[in-house]
Amino acid sequence: MNYTLHFGAVWASFDHLLSGLAIGLALAVAAVAVGTVIGLLSAFASVSRSRLLRGISGTYVLLIRNIPLLVLVLLVYFALPATGIRLDKYESFIGSLALYAGAYLTEVFRAGLLSVPKGIVEAGRAIGLTRMQTNISVVMPVMLRNSLPSLGNTFIGMFKDSSIAAAIAIPELTFEARKINVDTFRVVETWTVASGLYIAACFTIAALLRMLERRFPKF
Amino acid sequence: MDAFLAQLWIARWPLFDGFLMTLGISVGAIVFGTILGCIVGIQLVFAPLWLRFPFRIYVDLMRGTPLLVLILAAFYVPAVLGLSLSAAQAGTLALGLFAGAHIGELVRGSLQAIPPGQIEAGRSIGLTFPQILANVLLPQALRTSLPPWINTGVELIKGSSLLSMIGVGELLLKTQEVIGRNFMTIQFYVFAGILYLVVNIALDMLGKSMERRLGARL
Repeated sequence: MNYTLHFGAVWASFDHLLSGLAIGLALAVAAVAVGTVIGLLSAFASVSRSRLLRGISGTYVLLIRNIPLLVLVLLVYFALPATGIRLDKYESFIGSLALYAGAYLTEVFRAGLLSVPKGIVEAGRAIGLTRMQTNISVVMPVMLRNSLPSLGNTFIGMFKDSSIAAAIAIPELTFEARKINVDTFRVVETWTVASGLYIAACFTIAALLRMLERRFPKF
Repeated sequence: MDAFLAQLWIARWPLFDGFLMTLGISVGAIVFGTILGCIVGIQLVFAPLWLRFPFRIYVDLMRGTPLLVLILAAFYVPAVLGLSLSAAQAGTLALGLFAGAHIGELVRGSLQAIPPGQIEAGRSIGLTFPQILANVLLPQALRTSLPPWINTGVELIKGSSLLSMIGVGELLLKTQEVIGRNFMTIQFYVFAGILYLVVNIALDMLGKSMERRLGARL
C-alpha cells in the first residue's frame, strides 16, 4: 500500500466541485418547490372525503416510493421523448425529482394536516369562513409550521438524491468528482473532498433549518 | 404488445439474472448492515464517550453522503489501497456500510426508548451487563426496530439500482442492455419498474402488518 495523499490535483479543480455543489442545491430547491405543490395537493386529497381522490393520492405515493429514483429518472429522460414530450436533461431531472419529492412530501403534509387541532378548524368555520378559506388561512399556516422539520429532512434527502443527476450527465458535484477521479486518479482525495462537501452542505442546511424553526414557534 | 412480449421472451434470462443479482446484493447488504448496525447501535448508547465518538462520526459520515458517492468511492478507493474487490463486492460493501449507519440509528433509538429502570432491575438481580443486553434490552429493542428495519430493506433494494452505474449486472443494468438492443425504452423501463414495485410493495406490506401486530402487543 504505497499511496501518498496529494490534494493539489483536487484543489486545482475545486471550483468545478463548488459549481457542481451549487447545481445540486439548485436542483434540490427547484424539485422541492415543485414537489411541495404536488405534495400539498396530494396531501389534501389523501384526507378528503372523496374516495377517488384518496385512491389517486395513495396510489401515487405507493408507486413512487417503491420505485428506485434512478429508474424514474431514466424513464423520464429516455422514455418520455418516445411519446413526443421533449425535455432537456435539467427539466427532466427536476421533473423526476419533484415527482419523487412530492410522494414523500404527501406523507409529511398529511401528518401535518392530521396534527392541526380540530378546534381551530371549527373556530374558522364558526366565524363564517368557507371550507376553502379555512383551509388556506387557518389550516395551511399551522400545518406548514408543524411539518417544517420533516420538510427540512426531505429537502436534505432530495439534495443528496440530486447526486443521481450524474447518471444523465448533469454536471453536479458527483459528476464533477467522478470526472476529476478519472482525470487525475487522485481517488482517495477526490472522494474525501466530494463527500466532505456534501456533509458540510447537509449540516449547514440542517443548522439553518433549526434556526428557522426557532424563529417560528411551534403551534 | 406482442412485439414487447416477444422481446421479453428473448431477454428473459438476462433480466432474470439481473433480478437475482439485485436480490442477492440487497440480501448481502442487509445482512452485513444488520450485524454492523447492531454493534454500532449498542456502542452509540453504552460505550464510553471516547469510543462513542468514532461511531458517531461513522454514522454522520454515512448519513450525510449520498449513496451514489459511497458506491463510487467503494468502487474506486479499494483498488488504490491494494484491495481488489469486484464491482459487485464494492457495491455490496457500500450498501452495507450505508445500511449499517441507518440500522445503527434505529437500534440506538429503540435502546434509548427502553426505561432505564430495566437495566437497574437487571443489575440488582445480579445479571452482568452482557446478560442484561442479551436477555433484557436486545429482545425488546430488536422487536421495535423490526418495522423500520424492513423499510431499510426497501431502501436497499431501491439503492441497489445505483450499482448499475459501476457496471454491476443487476436488474437495471440488464434492462439497459436489453433496451440497447431492441430500443423498446418505455416498455422495458416500465417492466423493470414493475419488478421493483412488486418486491418492494410486498416488503412494505410485510412491514405494515408487523407494525400492526407489534402495536397490538405493546
